[in-house]
Amino acid sequence: MSNHVLTCNNVGIRFGGLQAVQDFNLQIEDGELIGLIGPNGAGKTTVFNLITGVYEPTEGEILLAGTNIIGKMPHQIVRYGIARTFQNIRLFDHLSVLDNLKVAANKDMRYSIFSGMFRLGNFWREEDEIKDKAIEILDIFGMSKHANKLARSLPYGEQRKLEIARAMATDPKLLLLDEPAAGMNPTETDELMDTIMLIRNEFGITTLLIEHDMRLVLGICERLMVLNYGKVLAEGNPHDIVNDQSVIEAYLGKGE
Amino acid sequence: MNFLLQLLNGLQIGSIYALVALGYTMVYGIALLINFAHGEIIMLGAYTTVFTIQLLLAQTDLPYFVAIIPTIVICTLIGIIIERLAYKPLRNSPRISNLITAIGVSLLLQNTMMKIFGAQARSVPSIFHAKPLDFFGAKISVTTVVTIAVTAVLTILLQLFIKKTKYGKAMTATSEDYGAAELVGISVDRTLTMTFAIGSALAGVASLLYVSAYPQAEPMMGSMLGIKAFTAAVVGGIGLIPGAVLGGLILGIVEALTRAFISSKLSDAIVFGLLILVLLIKPSGLLGEDRKEKV
Amino acid sequence: MSRNKRLIYLINIGLVLILFAILTILEASGVFTRYTMSILRLVCINVVLATSLNVTVGNLGQITLGHAGFMSIGAYTAGLFAKGVEIGGQNGYLIGILLAGICAGIFGIIVGIPVLRLKGDYLAIVTLAFGEIIRVLIEYFDFTGGAQGLNGIPRMQNFSVMFFLAVICVTLMYSVMTSRHGRAVLAIREDEIAAQSSGINITYYKTFAFTLSAFFAGIAGAMYAHNIGTIGASVFNYNKSFDILVMVVLGGMGSFTGAVISATVLTIVPETLRQFNDYRMIIYSLLLIMVMLFRPEGLLGRKEFHITKVVDKIKTKFGKHSVEGGS
Repeated sequence: MSNHVLTCNNVGIRFGGLQAVQDFNLQIEDGELIGLIGPNGAGKTTVFNLITGVYEPTEGEILLAGTNIIGKMPHQIVRYGIARTFQNIRLFDHLSVLDNLKVAANKDMRYSIFSGMFRLGNFWREEDEIKDKAIEILDIFGMSKHANKLARSLPYGEQRKLEIARAMATDPKLLLLDEPAAGMNPTETDELMDTIMLIRNEFGITTLLIEHDMRLVLGICERLMVLNYGKVLAEGNPHDIVNDQSVIEAYLGKGE
Repeated sequence: MNFLLQLLNGLQIGSIYALVALGYTMVYGIALLINFAHGEIIMLGAYTTVFTIQLLLAQTDLPYFVAIIPTIVICTLIGIIIERLAYKPLRNSPRISNLITAIGVSLLLQNTMMKIFGAQARSVPSIFHAKPLDFFGAKISVTTVVTIAVTAVLTILLQLFIKKTKYGKAMTATSEDYGAAELVGISVDRTLTMTFAIGSALAGVASLLYVSAYPQAEPMMGSMLGIKAFTAAVVGGIGLIPGAVLGGLILGIVEALTRAFISSKLSDAIVFGLLILVLLIKPSGLLGEDRKEKV
Repeated sequence: MSRNKRLIYLINIGLVLILFAILTILEASGVFTRYTMSILRLVCINVVLATSLNVTVGNLGQITLGHAGFMSIGAYTAGLFAKGVEIGGQNGYLIGILLAGICAGIFGIIVGIPVLRLKGDYLAIVTLAFGEIIRVLIEYFDFTGGAQGLNGIPRMQNFSVMFFLAVICVTLMYSVMTSRHGRAVLAIREDEIAAQSSGINITYYKTFAFTLSAFFAGIAGAMYAHNIGTIGASVFNYNKSFDILVMVVLGGMGSFTGAVISATVLTIVPETLRQFNDYRMIIYSLLLIMVMLFRPEGLLGRKEFHITKVVDKIKTKFGKHSVEGGS
């Protein structure tokens, strides 16, 4: 067994007549930071949905640290150690920032419905632990000052960060970020790049991200994968990729 | 032979369900609102029919089915008034507030009628007098034939209206997206009002057909009828004209056959059981398309 | 438990006791007539009903129109139990009530697992259908007393018992909803996809909330049966479900405080309107429409009244900073 965190072998999915993703192969090694890029509609988010169990692939296999995770429900896959964020932010709007993280930590909590109902000892113990853990994560993201605010009251950039923080609260081995910089201004993007690097360097979490912002992609990704029409078009180190003729054509169309 | 008669019975009540279901499905399709007050429009229509016949037509030589005209007019007007006063101000509110408002309007109409005319039922004179038709030896009442025929014609007209006319297309567009419809110059307000008006007019027709089959009018009559018709719309696939008709007919037939051959006490349970069964197998109804939320 | 929390618990218990003392004194001194007390008993039942429905509608965010069905199962369970097994007294009453909750809860699971895959209005109409089926079946079978209803259920009209039963039910529901299980339920209301991507088992927690809701509806049903002594299935029709839903929505969905207040108000107001008997329901329905037109999010929205906030305010006033968040 190698130290591959995630392996996709010939993964594909067909929606009716549309082959959304085809022959998708990917090996991610422990601690890598990989970017998945490609024109709109290339199937990038579909790849995320396949890995996280939202869609079931029509062909191929997906292995997480050697275990096949195909057919598992999304919430089970989180238990295997994959966490994600969404292109259009999906927070628990009317819950506090702290509670957003606590929800994500629920899978590691053990006290029973009965304990919660009658406020038994392990309720207090676990709730205290989880609160400390959540505050710790918020501290890392510089968000503890917002802990008791409603998620939806945060400014846009902070909401994006909160989504990543929430994903971190599930204790992932692999983090999937879907366009984390979308809609951010350059300052916010810089801050985000720092955060992503921090997650990788401090916690050694493997990260796969979809992004259109090339400054971010070139700034932090170690390896890039280009998707076009549901197929892998090119793969390799960022600087080779951006100079690859086929990639340029995919983005800009064929030159004369 | 009895079976055939019961089947026709089922088609008759099913046609009425279908007409009512059309109102539910159109309003739901465009406003995403379960208009619980729709059943009460049937009730108001029934009272209009009763009073038109008793106070006006009985004194003249005109046939009683002329009562259809004031019935449609009153139902349409009330439908429009309800939409303008109760639903329009809530267009951007949470869906549940609309639902509660609809329940409120329904209670208001029931209790107002109860206050004015009392709780007891008023009987309706027979509307279609002609002799039963002889159909391969079976006697079929004219009411049955008229009900089925009228429903068939109205459904086809409605379908043509929605597919072929400017107003019908505006309704389809509005049901897809209010904002986009506004952008291409459709008045959402007017389209919604029109939808309520058409639905209520159909309810008017349904109420006359209903009282010609079950000759009574009372304040609570619309409640269960409305809920069954909505059930029919959901069984067929809500928002779809053919779905409402299919659902209505199925519901009517199942109900009639259950009453005749299984148990009249259990018929409601079986009708609602059918709804549950259909939705569990096909969550968007018989003719509906399944939509998955985009991630 | 920190000192702060302990203080808050004590204050809450104190407030409940004070309320109880006031009501008891008013009763003993004759200010509250027998009629008033009968309304207050109804308030206790309706508070449990409204808060239990709040779990599904307000916290889980799913509209159900069949709550009266679960209530009827509780009512009939308690009624049949009390008539069949003659334990009697307070103990018999409490055992019957618990049994009623469990039976209704089991029905909650049976109904919930298949129907909770449906969403929004589809769920609404299916739960309505289930409620009606339960009603028809109760009328159909003989052991339930059929259409004549079930008579001669031992009366239990002790206000103190009903008051504290209601307090306990609301407290337990509130506790669960502020525990990890409740957070999971709220997360599903906010965003199902995000919830499952955060490791929440949607089916499990939806069924959990639905069952909890049914359990307490069953308890309310049992309280109702013992209070009134005679029950008929037709009481538990969809109009009853609508009534309970109205209490929840009017109070502000998701707010237990709102549900308690609006259940109280909506029980008392129609009773005080009895002098305008003929116009009572007309006024009630007009009020309903008006509230929705002018406050579509309900009277309290999602706000809860917390003693914590009051304590915090007092502490900040005296210069002490509280670090306790939430409840």
